[in-house]
Amino acid sequence: MTMIVSEASIFNSTTSATTDTYATKIQVNDLNLFYGEKQALFNVNLDIKEKEVTALIGPSGCGKSTFLRTLNRMNDLIDGVRVIGNIHIDGENVYESNDVIRLRTKVGMVFQKSNLFPMSIYDNVAYGPRMQGIKNKKILNEIVEESLRGAAIWDEVKDRLKSSALGLSGGQQQRICIARAIAMKPDVILMDEPTSALDPISTLKVEELITQMKKDYTIVIVTHNMQQAARISDKTAFFLNGEVVEYDDTNVIFSTPKDERTEDYVTGRFG
Amino acid sequence: MIRENFEKNMLELQNKMGEMVDLTVVAMEKAFKALEEQDMVLALAVIEEDSSIDELENEINQMAIWLMAKEQPVARDLRRIVSMIKMSSDIERIADFAVNTAKATIRISKTDSILSKTSLVEMKNISMDMLKKSMTAFIEEDIALAKAVGELDDKVDQKNHENYAVLTDYLKESPQDIEQTLQLLFINRFVERAADHITNMAESTAYFIKGQLFDLN
Repeated sequence: MTMIVSEASIFNSTTSATTDTYATKIQVNDLNLFYGEKQALFNVNLDIKEKEVTALIGPSGCGKSTFLRTLNRMNDLIDGVRVIGNIHIDGENVYESNDVIRLRTKVGMVFQKSNLFPMSIYDNVAYGPRMQGIKNKKILNEIVEESLRGAAIWDEVKDRLKSSALGLSGGQQQRICIARAIAMKPDVILMDEPTSALDPISTLKVEELITQMKKDYTIVIVTHNMQQAARISDKTAFFLNGEVVEYDDTNVIFSTPKDERTEDYVTGRFG
Repeated sequence: MIRENFEKNMLELQNKMGEMVDLTVVAMEKAFKALEEQDMVLALAVIEEDSSIDELENEINQMAIWLMAKEQPVARDLRRIVSMIKMSSDIERIADFAVNTAKATIRISKTDSILSKTSLVEMKNISMDMLKKSMTAFIEEDIALAKAVGELDDKVDQKNHENYAVLTDYLKESPQDIEQTLQLLFINRFVERAADHITNMAESTAYFIKGQLFDLN
């Protein structure tokens, strides 16, 4: 399986978590984004550390999801989007590369609503590796098991891998989505409100999973649930009107934020 | 203002704390009046009335815990609520020193008082001024006033040393008056400890306002 990584990823040779203080995984410099004439992001500068959970919070329309999607160039799919500035992942400029597929292999994504294919659980998780050309059944079996274990759902589905994934509960489906992302051996996982459609217990399971996953992955999560950001993230960025108002350790943001606007937002006085 | 109900609850919590402070000042004033006038009935009243202060502390704790569970406050709100829990505990201890003073008064009973040889009354006055100031500093979020409370504590400590010297000297001269002198030495200690708790309250206030820990002692 290590072969898949070296084949699939153009970036992954430069960093590995060998030190206690993790290196910067994603470096964002003076990032501006326009939807046509309308500017949605203004001079965003953020250093995202590897193997940490970074939460993006802010009111609706503040640009946090837009920013998240710049990290694996999902905004490229929208007409009229213009991006100025730089995003480096492991030192490599994301917007200078032509190989978006490799980028998205390295930077996986999980969405608000689970978007599983109408296939079996097994086929959903094996989909990406198969697209990469892996046909060996033994290797695929290994990837599927490892990914499902990594998403903390193996025990719940191991006896029905061939049944439809759409028959699972919402919380289980979301964890299958995470397994499907893990199957591609990404370095970074982006999550756009991954629990907002889930019940409280499923939410806690996914949160627990995110906390476990950070030993292997760099995770960037957009959430409307501030308590969730406080519970699971190491760093928090507060977005407002397309700008990063404050970016600091999560415990600072939620105990002694420096900017009054952050204070007002996290204490629920606007937003 | 989005969280009107939460604000209302926080204000109620603060008002309960204000009530605790008022009752504690009254208790300490009564305890000293009883000491000065050797009024045993008044001293007993101080002891009996302490339960209402304890009750208020319980109410504050229960309400604060419920608010934290229900509203999950963060940042300033969290600091405010945590400070109130700590401060109410300090106030409860200060009220206990009023009770201790009342009990000491009863032990001294009727005798030729040497209270005027000491500056205990003045020391109590400074402490009660500190208590009111620390509450005002909290309500008005006045960091300068919180720091001023810390400075007043130095005066109390100085009086404490002076009283100790006066009372131990007196004891050497008049060993037969040991019970009264010992009780006054205890009261000296009670007021000094009360002032320390008031300084803690000022520190909690400073933490609430600035989000940093200060050592005002």
